[in-house]
Amino acid sequence: MSKTLALLHTQADGSLPKAALETLTAAVALGQPFDVAILGTGASAAADAIQGCGAATFYTVDDPAVAQPRYATDTAAAVALIQAAGAELVLAPGTSRFSRCLPGAAHRVDAQIDTHIVALKAEGDTLRAQRWFYRQRILGTFSRAARPWLLLLDSGVFAPWQGAAGKADAQAVAVTFAEDDQRTTVTGVQKPVADAQTIRPDAKLLFVAGAGWTKKQKDGQFHIGDASTLILDFLGKTQASLGSSKSLVDIQGEGQETLSFMSHMNQVGQTGSTPRHPKGLATCCHGEEPHAVGWRFINERRAVNLDPNCGWAQGKADVLYVADAFEVMAKVNALL
Amino acid sequence: MNGFQIVVCGSLVPDPLQTLEPVTTPQGPGLKNETMLPSVLDPWSAHALYEAANLAKQVADSKVYLVSLGPKAKLQQLMMTVAQKVPFELVALDGSASGFTDAHGVAAALADAIAAIPGLDKSRLLVFGGCASASRDASVTMQLVCERLGIRNFFAGVDEFKVAEDGSFTVLERIEGGEYLASSCKGAPAVLAWATGNLPEPPNNPQVGMANMRGVMPSLMKAKPTPSGVGGIAYETTEIPPQKRQTRIVKDASADEIAKEIVEWINN
Repeated sequence: MSKTLALLHTQADGSLPKAALETLTAAVALGQPFDVAILGTGASAAADAIQGCGAATFYTVDDPAVAQPRYATDTAAAVALIQAAGAELVLAPGTSRFSRCLPGAAHRVDAQIDTHIVALKAEGDTLRAQRWFYRQRILGTFSRAARPWLLLLDSGVFAPWQGAAGKADAQAVAVTFAEDDQRTTVTGVQKPVADAQTIRPDAKLLFVAGAGWTKKQKDGQFHIGDASTLILDFLGKTQASLGSSKSLVDIQGEGQETLSFMSHMNQVGQTGSTPRHPKGLATCCHGEEPHAVGWRFINERRAVNLDPNCGWAQGKADVLYVADAFEVMAKVNALL
Repeated sequence: MNGFQIVVCGSLVPDPLQTLEPVTTPQGPGLKNETMLPSVLDPWSAHALYEAANLAKQVADSKVYLVSLGPKAKLQQLMMTVAQKVPFELVALDGSASGFTDAHGVAAALADAIAAIPGLDKSRLLVFGGCASASRDASVTMQLVCERLGIRNFFAGVDEFKVAEDGSFTVLERIEGGEYLASSCKGAPAVLAWATGNLPEPPNNPQVGMANMRGVMPSLMKAKPTPSGVGGIAYETTEIPPQKRQTRIVKDASADEIAKEIVEWINN
């Protein structure tokens, strides 16, 4: 088996993100000896926090240059860690930080890289990986003979690692950053321009709002204010994450009045995100197979829709309620 | 400030409304009737192209190039619509646009084509592309292009790019939890992989189309054959997993009954 490294990063507060702990579980599950490398603020303390994972050696980079996620410095640090460990197989979480920098690191260490990995299986010297192609429409199983090989794992696939902390005695790896590496400065984190934070990746429920909310209703009038109140009330009571169909966010882009808290960030589906949540409730959503991939990774699915034959729900949802979503959601909110 | 040379990397993908069925070909996995499937410009690349054109309008002496790797005949069809959207100069590469090709080979071809653009000035260079394609969906090609061009500033999932008088710029990148990472950069060169940005699709403009097509046809004529295969990937299977669920349809229940059932389900 190839020399394996779990490459992780810390968050701004020095802790490891959930996706990093999931990667650790994947590394342990391969059943082979492995090392751990961590970059970011508080990397050494983070190594102590996962000392019980069974890694042979811990490597860290916690230079101030990697305190913030920046392509050039993160790439240089990742290269240094991969080279220090002599890694041939690198498992890493598919966070925004690593998705940004690790392809560049792969190029610099002459490695192959694959992303959005949803399954791994080791058989002898062969490692098989699975990922989706064509935006979650075709599932491929593949391997590579070339090493080094970097694999970025999708979040939500493996359970987060849990175990004892201890003294990891991590080896600090020195990195020489070029002047050009710091031409970019991270100035902060911003919320999207919207009235409320509605995207909650760890929520148990995804609420998907479709364009029907902004169409004329039975009385021939638009009820966008009512729709906003109902949806925000529901999100507040359930702490659900809000997803949107493409048509709904496109309406906003075209300048029509729509839900003010909705942005392209909420879009799920073929050209949006495909979040992972245990349950999903779709309302006023219409569309065929390509659009329905937005809830491919939702385990239990229910829909409220006026069309019993809608492609969004037929064969895709467990339960389809043929009803007016305005009426149903008002009652749901009252019960909640 | 001098104008920018904005190079957009973008190719064609099957129209999202088409049914896709994987098949095995001598070159590796492919799609059934792939050559017959209607194509569109990759959605995120399209956003990058519209943002590039908008930037070129704002900054005098800027120019937009579209570097596109795909089967020549299909690129020609695609250009009939794309060329009517915004002004650009096409750099065409004749090769596979399959989602099963290896990003490393594709990135090498794109970087070589960019480097070969006559009069390329790296101090004015901005390379745009999509944050992922709707075919391979790997989100790695633009970083590999960035490295091959020797550029150190890369931004992923970009929704906003604002340039200052001195050529420095600020960027908003999508990160977890619906938030943005805000950065500033001293200036070009840089590579930006766009998410959706903030611009709607421009309407067709026949005059822009006519102007573009004068350069598109010669570019297609001299499109370099570009082998882009599966590289070192050994595919074992490509399949559409069964997704059919037995949907229970509740037709004649009152809103009260439905609400009660939904709340119980949420709380379980």
